[in-house]
Amino acid sequence: MISARLRKAFPAGPDSRAFTLDVQLEAGAGVTVLFGPSGSGKTLTLDCIAGFERPDEGRILLNDAILFDGATRVHLPPQARRCGYVFQNYALFPHMTLRENLEFAAATLKNLERRKRVSEMLERFQLHEVGGRRPHELSGGQKQRGSIARALLASPRVLLLDEPAQGLDAVLRQELYAILREVQHDFPMPALLVTHDLEEALELGDQMHVFRQGRIVQSGTPQGVMDAPGSVEIARQMGIYNLLAAEILALDPGRNTSLLRVGDWEIPGVYYPGHLKGSHVTLCVVPGQVRVRPREGRAPAGTMGLELLHVVAGPDRARLLFAGDFRAEIARGDWEGMARAEEFAVEIPPSALRLIKS
Amino acid sequence: MPIDWFPLWLSLRVALLATAIAAAVGIPVAYLLANREFRGRDILDAAVTLPLVLPPTVVGYYLLVVLGRESWLGHVYEWVFGGPLVFTWQAAVVAAVLHAAPLLVKSTRAALESVDHAYERAARTLGAPEWKVFLRVTLPLARRPVLAAAALAFARSLGDFGVTIMVAGNIPGRTQTVAVAIYDAVEGGNGDTARWMVLVVSAVSLALLTLANRLTPRRIPG
Repeated sequence: MISARLRKAFPAGPDSRAFTLDVQLEAGAGVTVLFGPSGSGKTLTLDCIAGFERPDEGRILLNDAILFDGATRVHLPPQARRCGYVFQNYALFPHMTLRENLEFAAATLKNLERRKRVSEMLERFQLHEVGGRRPHELSGGQKQRGSIARALLASPRVLLLDEPAQGLDAVLRQELYAILREVQHDFPMPALLVTHDLEEALELGDQMHVFRQGRIVQSGTPQGVMDAPGSVEIARQMGIYNLLAAEILALDPGRNTSLLRVGDWEIPGVYYPGHLKGSHVTLCVVPGQVRVRPREGRAPAGTMGLELLHVVAGPDRARLLFAGDFRAEIARGDWEGMARAEEFAVEIPPSALRLIKS
Repeated sequence: MPIDWFPLWLSLRVALLATAIAAAVGIPVAYLLANREFRGRDILDAAVTLPLVLPPTVVGYYLLVVLGRESWLGHVYEWVFGGPLVFTWQAAVVAAVLHAAPLLVKSTRAALESVDHAYERAARTLGAPEWKVFLRVTLPLARRPVLAAAALAFARSLGDFGVTIMVAGNIPGRTQTVAVAIYDAVEGGNGDTARWMVLVVSAVSLALLTLANRLTPRRIPG
């Protein structure tokens, strides 16, 4: 269990704006994702926990051990924190073999015990055949496993992962996810994962904190945050939504319906408690939930007649881009059935509409 | 008349010893300057560089004051080694150290700072104490530029003239280094000796500088 309350201010520099990190978070067993764009303070949070950076004030606890306390001026060095850190580019020491890298992490053990533990770990991560190689002689996947094995050998109490999948191709990425899930199973301890990739958050995260400009703006499960982004900015940050400005024209709690105006179109929605008629909102729509059909002449009531700009037909899904940066994703077979049409009607099922107050 | 090569051998010996001492003192100082925040860091940095810019006579004067037979350091030296330091070849070593150290500290500091901090951070999270981080991670990763700095320092201490002549004097066969011997040979109209020594010193220095350039990578791995 790790709990942290941190504040750290950076004054404006010659080529940087003033920045203040001000966050509070708790992370128990499982993977807690720190999600946000670069420069939002997520890696800085990780570095404060690891002890590379010293917060101005706050408190960091790891299983009741005080790692940092601004009030009593406790600031343990990284060596005493037992935080396993997996770096973006692995940071395996290039002048040592993989085995020496691992032995470095187990330095406190007696010779014999150390060799045994290192061999076990090499075996555990399928690295026993390449233990004598230097990092530059290892494949990307081997380096990745090596850096995780090395971090685990120091018997950490928490794992800190700084964008571990950054710059990996799709195959290695899946491999990494599988390893991290195994590690979670075999070495149960809290893990903090920094990423700006929503897929990764959904893939690995049990909990998620959304960072924005040095603050946590939303917390929850990754699925929950994705389903109900707390603000337009968060929704935009997720990068998966069509965001449409809309006005509520009518609300009917009795029939659980509403009517929304989007540009020149009027579309039906469900009843939205807590919203008022006439208020301006932003609609979030996942491209995969949009329905598209061919039309001739005016778009039928409740649909939008949008101009199709571009189509990418993938192996099983077709991605359609309409005017106004509206994206839809439909089954490839459905697309082939209507590919020759000139004009289209776009329909958003009321259940696929999420409302955010503007 | 055959050329007396003693000054060259003496100079090489002096330079080797001076480089070793400068490294032993200079690498820790470079570490402090590169890694630690402390009061007086700027002053230490400036003080280390001072011998590079002061006239050799000024440095020589300081050394005579600090190490001369009247000073307490001079007394200690005499008591330990049974003879005065000034006007011995060991004094030439001290002079050479003062010339080698600034270059060595400056370049070593830059080399240490150029090591990717992720490696040092990784070592710390793995529980390695600071001395181990330095000796097993930072220094090995910076070894090539540090060796280049040592080669430069060696070349520099080979060529000292002013400070050496003030504190070690010009005693042929005992304290006369190659730089001093060349001056002597030119003054004494001994053109042959001067020419050959100039050539050899130039060649050795050129070789050392080439080596230093080879050792300095364009990029630190990582």
